[in-house]
Amino acid sequence: MTAPVSDRGRKAARLGLGLLLLAMALVAIALLSLTTGARAIPAETVWRALTAYDPASTEHRIIWDLRLPRTIVGLLVGAALGLAGAVLQGATRNPLADPSILGINAGAALAVVLGVAFFGLTQLSTYVWLAFIGAGAAMLVVYAVASLGREGATPVKLALAGAAITAVLQSVINAILLTSPRTLDEVRFWQVGSLAGRSIDIVLQVAPFLLAGAVLALATARLLDGLSMGDDVARALGQRIGLSRGLAGLAAVILAGAATAAAGPIAFVGLTVPHVARAVTGPGYRWILPYSMVMAPILLLGADVVGRVISPPGEVQVGIVTAFIGAPFFIALVRRRKLAAL
Amino acid sequence: MSIALDTSRISRARSRAAARRHVVAGGLIAALVLAFAAALYLGDYPVPADGVIRSLFSPLTGLTDRGIDFIVLQVRLPRAVLALLSGTAFALAGIIFQTLLRNPLASPDIIGIAHGASAAAVFSIIILGWSGLSVSLGAFAGAVLTALAIYLLAWRNGVTAYRVVLIGIGMAAMLAAIISYLFTRARLNEVQQAMAWLVGSLNASRPGDIVVLGGAMLVLVPAMIALLRGLDAMELGDDTARALGARVEINRLGLMLVAVGFAAFATAAVGPVGFVAFVSGPLARALLKGAGRGFLHAGLVGALVMLVSDLLAQHLLPDTQLPVGVVTGACGALFLLWLLMASGRSGRVN
Repeated sequence: MTAPVSDRGRKAARLGLGLLLLAMALVAIALLSLTTGARAIPAETVWRALTAYDPASTEHRIIWDLRLPRTIVGLLVGAALGLAGAVLQGATRNPLADPSILGINAGAALAVVLGVAFFGLTQLSTYVWLAFIGAGAAMLVVYAVASLGREGATPVKLALAGAAITAVLQSVINAILLTSPRTLDEVRFWQVGSLAGRSIDIVLQVAPFLLAGAVLALATARLLDGLSMGDDVARALGQRIGLSRGLAGLAAVILAGAATAAAGPIAFVGLTVPHVARAVTGPGYRWILPYSMVMAPILLLGADVVGRVISPPGEVQVGIVTAFIGAPFFIALVRRRKLAAL
Repeated sequence: MSIALDTSRISRARSRAAARRHVVAGGLIAALVLAFAAALYLGDYPVPADGVIRSLFSPLTGLTDRGIDFIVLQVRLPRAVLALLSGTAFALAGIIFQTLLRNPLASPDIIGIAHGASAAAVFSIIILGWSGLSVSLGAFAGAVLTALAIYLLAWRNGVTAYRVVLIGIGMAAMLAAIISYLFTRARLNEVQQAMAWLVGSLNASRPGDIVVLGGAMLVLVPAMIALLRGLDAMELGDDTARALGARVEINRLGLMLVAVGFAAFATAAVGPVGFVAFVSGPLARALLKGAGRGFLHAGLVGALVMLVSDLLAQHLLPDTQLPVGVVTGACGALFLLWLLMASGRSGRVN
């Protein structure tokens, strides 16, 4: 333990600077998201729309009614997914933890489908609570199934339990969608995962949850560091293992549930980003969490911008783009080495 | 004293195991015969039992009754036979994967092969506008290509079980994204058509399906039995098996090919009916209680699950016919629950 204080100080300064650079990149990509689309709007027009709104201008209205809510939803959802993934990976000590792999998305989707089919919900904003309940229930069941057996919840068992629960939930979803064309029509545009058509109401509705979840998640950094040393060491250091896992899981469910409610199920953002963050920062959740929180919206908004221009005149939804970025990443991760527990 | 005693003890244990195997197989076959008879007898149009029997033998006896013969020979018999064949094929595919990958959750409908078939079928329905047999061909190609991709991606100085499982799950997630994308690109009636295929059903069974699936199984079942001989050595672990002279990689590849064949042909015939592959193997082993690996028993269980599920799907609700996939999906949920409780008692999975 002779690491000089100045060394640690230098590392902190370096990582702080990196975070600042990433934040600037995030601003740049948000601007790109405001200017890019079926109609390209130059940056100065965007600036004028933001500072001196003119209701008569179509371009100004596009910015305020479509692109700005979409960009804000992208920022919030991205940050939430990145944090949720990092917290889940830390709490389960599992490099493959992700809301989609662990069945959280499918749980939220089933709850929303039930709501639309049997309670006649049609407003996106009413999905939020249902998505929460579904996400939380699915995560509990998946973790319970994966913890069966002596060796506990290993990465492979967690992933398999998540996939199995997802398959069960999906078959229930399919049965409902098959018998109710109205629900199918309503849900198919939500289920793909997209930022398009989200109004500012959605932002206002999910923002409190995202904020609470983010605060809780960032507050668990020390607990996650403790867990990463292994249960026995953490317990010996006086940490309450169950409580730590529970808090981290709660944060992840709030974040993933709210993000899914706002944008639909988006896969792999929560999986890939924490790995990139960890590669930059090294171990230590005090830095991994904020890095994930800033990097994930860069990925999500970037993917959204790519989806807008890739197949004109239509759009490819952001959930599809992230799946095509994330799945190869996941496969590469699996191939790289034996999956040591984090 | 003891050598004679010990061998007699071993042979007694062996004969007990053999007896258990035969009792279980006999019970399953009896249940299958009952379910098959019920499938021919039950239906919206009442046909008396002697009418069913007369109709079944009418090609021999020449005693025909066109109305009843149509219902029994053209509607109910093909449906029951297809349930039998596809259930067996799904179950064999499942138990081969579960055994090779050493995990009861690793069946082809979980690790991406069913997703490959589904994505290809949805693509052919929505983008290419195909229907009927060509969709089945597409699904078959999708399943085989996905399995090949998983195997190649998992290859790195050999293939390990956990890499196959995890890469399969990654592929499944990506293919599911493709399916939801295609859903947003189509008119609602096309999406409904694709949805009906995705749930899997015996409602539209065609004679061609039976011929193709039956022919494939005539080849695949003997191939499986031949390859199973090498499996005893493989279950001791790769190194031991190699030391014993088993050609591990070739044997495993052969068995996987056979399993993919079962899954692909069955999916092409009836759609990706969920969880038959998943539940049959563990159920068969639970019945056998350690008396054998139970591959053929799993096949019988699969046929029974499929046949009974289809009967339930047809007659559970008074005036709607559910697709069989809805019922097997519910079975899958119950089975997971059972797995949860059973291993809660014994402290281990499997």
